[in-house]
Amino acid sequence: MSDGSRSSPHLLTPTSAGLYCAAGDFYIDPLRAVPRALITHAHSDHARRGHGAVLATRETLAIMALRYGEAFCAARQIVGYGQAVRLGDVDVSFHPAGHVLGSAQVLVANRRQRIVASGDYKRAADPTCALFEPVACDVFISEATFGLPVFRHPDARREVDKLIASCAMFPDRAHLVGAYSLGKAQRMMALIRQAGWERPIYIHGALEKITDYYAAEGADFGEIRKVAAAERSKLAGEIILCPPSSLQDVWSRKFPDPVAAFASGWMRVRARARQRGVELPLVISDHADWDDLCATIRESQCAQVWITHGEAEALVHWASTIGLDARPLHLMGYGDEEEVTDEAQT
Amino acid sequence: MNRFAQLLDRLAFEHARNGKLRILTDYFRHTDDPDRGYALAAMTGGLIFQHAKAGLIRTLIAERTDQTLFEMSYDYVGDLSETVALLWPARPAQSAFIGDNSPPPPTLSEIVETLRDTPKAVLPQALAGLLDQLDETGRWALLKLITGGLRIGVSARLAKTALALMGELEPDAIEEIWPGLAPPYLDLFAWIEGRADKPVVSDPAPFRAAMLAHALEETNLASLDPEDFVAEWKWDGIRVQAVAGYDDEGVVVGRLYSRTGEDISGAFPDVLEAICARNFGAAAIDGELLIVREGRVESFGALQQRLNRKKVDAKLIAEYPAHVRAYDLLSEDGQDLRALPFAERRMRLTRFLETRTPSRFDLSPLVPFSNWEALAQARRDPASAGGDAGAIEGVMLKRVDSLYVPGRPTGPWWKWKRDPFTLDAVLMYAQRGHGKRSSFYSDYTFGVWREGVQGDELVPVGKAYFGFTDADLKLLDKWVRDHTTNRFGPVREVEANRKIGLVLEVAFEGVQRSTRHKSGVAMRFPRVSRIRWDKPARDADRIEAVEALIGERKAGV
Repeated sequence: MSDGSRSSPHLLTPTSAGLYCAAGDFYIDPLRAVPRALITHAHSDHARRGHGAVLATRETLAIMALRYGEAFCAARQIVGYGQAVRLGDVDVSFHPAGHVLGSAQVLVANRRQRIVASGDYKRAADPTCALFEPVACDVFISEATFGLPVFRHPDARREVDKLIASCAMFPDRAHLVGAYSLGKAQRMMALIRQAGWERPIYIHGALEKITDYYAAEGADFGEIRKVAAAERSKLAGEIILCPPSSLQDVWSRKFPDPVAAFASGWMRVRARARQRGVELPLVISDHADWDDLCATIRESQCAQVWITHGEAEALVHWASTIGLDARPLHLMGYGDEEEVTDEAQT
Repeated sequence: MNRFAQLLDRLAFEHARNGKLRILTDYFRHTDDPDRGYALAAMTGGLIFQHAKAGLIRTLIAERTDQTLFEMSYDYVGDLSETVALLWPARPAQSAFIGDNSPPPPTLSEIVETLRDTPKAVLPQALAGLLDQLDETGRWALLKLITGGLRIGVSARLAKTALALMGELEPDAIEEIWPGLAPPYLDLFAWIEGRADKPVVSDPAPFRAAMLAHALEETNLASLDPEDFVAEWKWDGIRVQAVAGYDDEGVVVGRLYSRTGEDISGAFPDVLEAICARNFGAAAIDGELLIVREGRVESFGALQQRLNRKKVDAKLIAEYPAHVRAYDLLSEDGQDLRALPFAERRMRLTRFLETRTPSRFDLSPLVPFSNWEALAQARRDPASAGGDAGAIEGVMLKRVDSLYVPGRPTGPWWKWKRDPFTLDAVLMYAQRGHGKRSSFYSDYTFGVWREGVQGDELVPVGKAYFGFTDADLKLLDKWVRDHTTNRFGPVREVEANRKIGLVLEVAFEGVQRSTRHKSGVAMRFPRVSRIRWDKPARDADRIEAVEALIGERKAGV
């Protein structure tokens, strides 16, 4: 498959640079710099810098600018949820994906075909972003980060209850919660408040910029305090949110006998938690779990499902058993923000 | 069950020994009989269910999930119990509704009783019913109980230490009476809590917790005085305890125990007969179980033919005659000798064997030495010192004044294993690991060069899955992913040719001829001792080098 192939029967073609639409001459979440890009959400494996023109939601563009600087692309255009934009011979529109603030699925359509590139998505409730909206289509392009039936995320509120209970049981220990800096950390803050925690929530400096942005967009997190270096030893019994990579940092050692907690869908598998030295695994994910992946594929009423990244094999197998034409795209380069160590945050 | 499941879950994530002890004592203090006793039994390996086995779990899950999805999941998770616990179709969350009338989840005792008492024919339904009533953690704990491997980093010793802490006792005081106790240990808890006297143990042939040695580093020698020690060969069999005594009616009771106290008499009727013979009397001997043919000790491979068998036939016994090489005498005519110094126990052991001449028992000879250099020489070359070199894996150092202390005390005994053989081999295949290493490619099949029809080719000679650090593992895993040429389920084939290939230095204890392996050889205890990032694959060892080692082992015999 070469870039820009016009022989494809589909509106989108998987290429080494990502999904390409020849009829509209653009890429979706391209893996390298391209002239025209549509970005589903601002996580760094999907939203890279250096493109020519970028079309995305207002929030996604704002977060990219926060992380990369205002000059992250040559030209940008805001698109609202549900608003149709004509690009070349196709119509595109963005629809809520429920993943993080501003995240979207991209519908690409002409008279013959409707194809949805869903980016990363989840179906569970999240007070910090718009709820996923199913979009009917012929081809549904899905992630499969948790594409194995062992991944069934429990109710996130019960997981946060565990954290609160642990704080009560170990008032002499600081509770460090690893949470990805964009999306997960802010969802945790909202969940912790919902659980009735009234003390200040402390955050690592790396979370500050995005958290401030969420707050400016209307999220109410209560009192958030940035951890000052000298203060660390005094935070027994407190909840401190930090990027997952900081759990193992020298930074974490100054806290009183810290409990290492990690909020991630991977925590469902004990061995994964142990490999990371996590003592308090919190199974909270911003991705769809197995049941939701299956339900979403069914709901899309698609005849074909393409799997971009993650545990594609099992989902392809399942889709075949219900009569769908399923194929893995083997797109290399989309990681999983819950797994990779945080990129340098600017 | 929920408390027990939470206990296991917390223990599984707690790294510190003291943290584990605190969690255990807290559980024992705040949990009622008989639940806590069954929990203790689960952690000490005392719960064995005759009909509930891993196979049953597989059958149940197969009826409920797609086979392919199950296999992919199991491959990913790397643990059968956890995979099934996660995959089990969840009951609708009834308890979320107000006015919930569903019964509370079963207690640990109810579960143990169900698993123990339910007839085999209806056990599948009973087990499925239990699984339906539990949440994911509860299912996981229940399945761990059935498969036996809790793998929560708690040894039987640690559990007993926690009990001892609870009652301000020495762990060995519990160890002493342990073999005579049975789940759910009501009398034990009553004693620990000061509500009753110490339980009276009436087992005429009890197991006594074994004394173990630390590995000797050569740097340790400088601080040790050769005058204080005697040396014995470290025989390559399995450590056993042969015990005989008389019950209330004067009938002899004999048992052969493994190092951990497991009764293995059933697999060794030949040894048991010798233990129960009149001349053995009431005694307890600590020794090494070996296969001895015509006075010669056979390799560990021969002993393996007889291990882990429930029943043995006369042919197998005749072909692989078992024998105990005696290291120590722990009790004689009902008298406990463990508080005597080693030199005195050794004297009594020598006399015991000379005067009573039990069949299938002989004395482990001492290795004479005057200084550490002389002992090092004997260790390097056991044949010259008169041992059966093929069945010797090093020397043991024992302080002449050492008392027999259960556990692994530092100082009185040292084991000084022979240096392993090493080989530079080329990585050929890698497989995802299990347990802690699931999702990492951590099981490595390696090969050496041999002459093939079309020039040199690699032939696999073994598989290793430990010896490297976690940091090495990450690098190895990355190398495997970057150099994959083919996939077969969980196995990846990697680039391995004269130009590209990763050389692993493999350490191992010996080589045997094998008809089951393509290469014709089988290695004992192989592990990765070094990753030779620097060494070109074409310079790795050849099969001839491996075959030469078979000769080397025989040379000393």
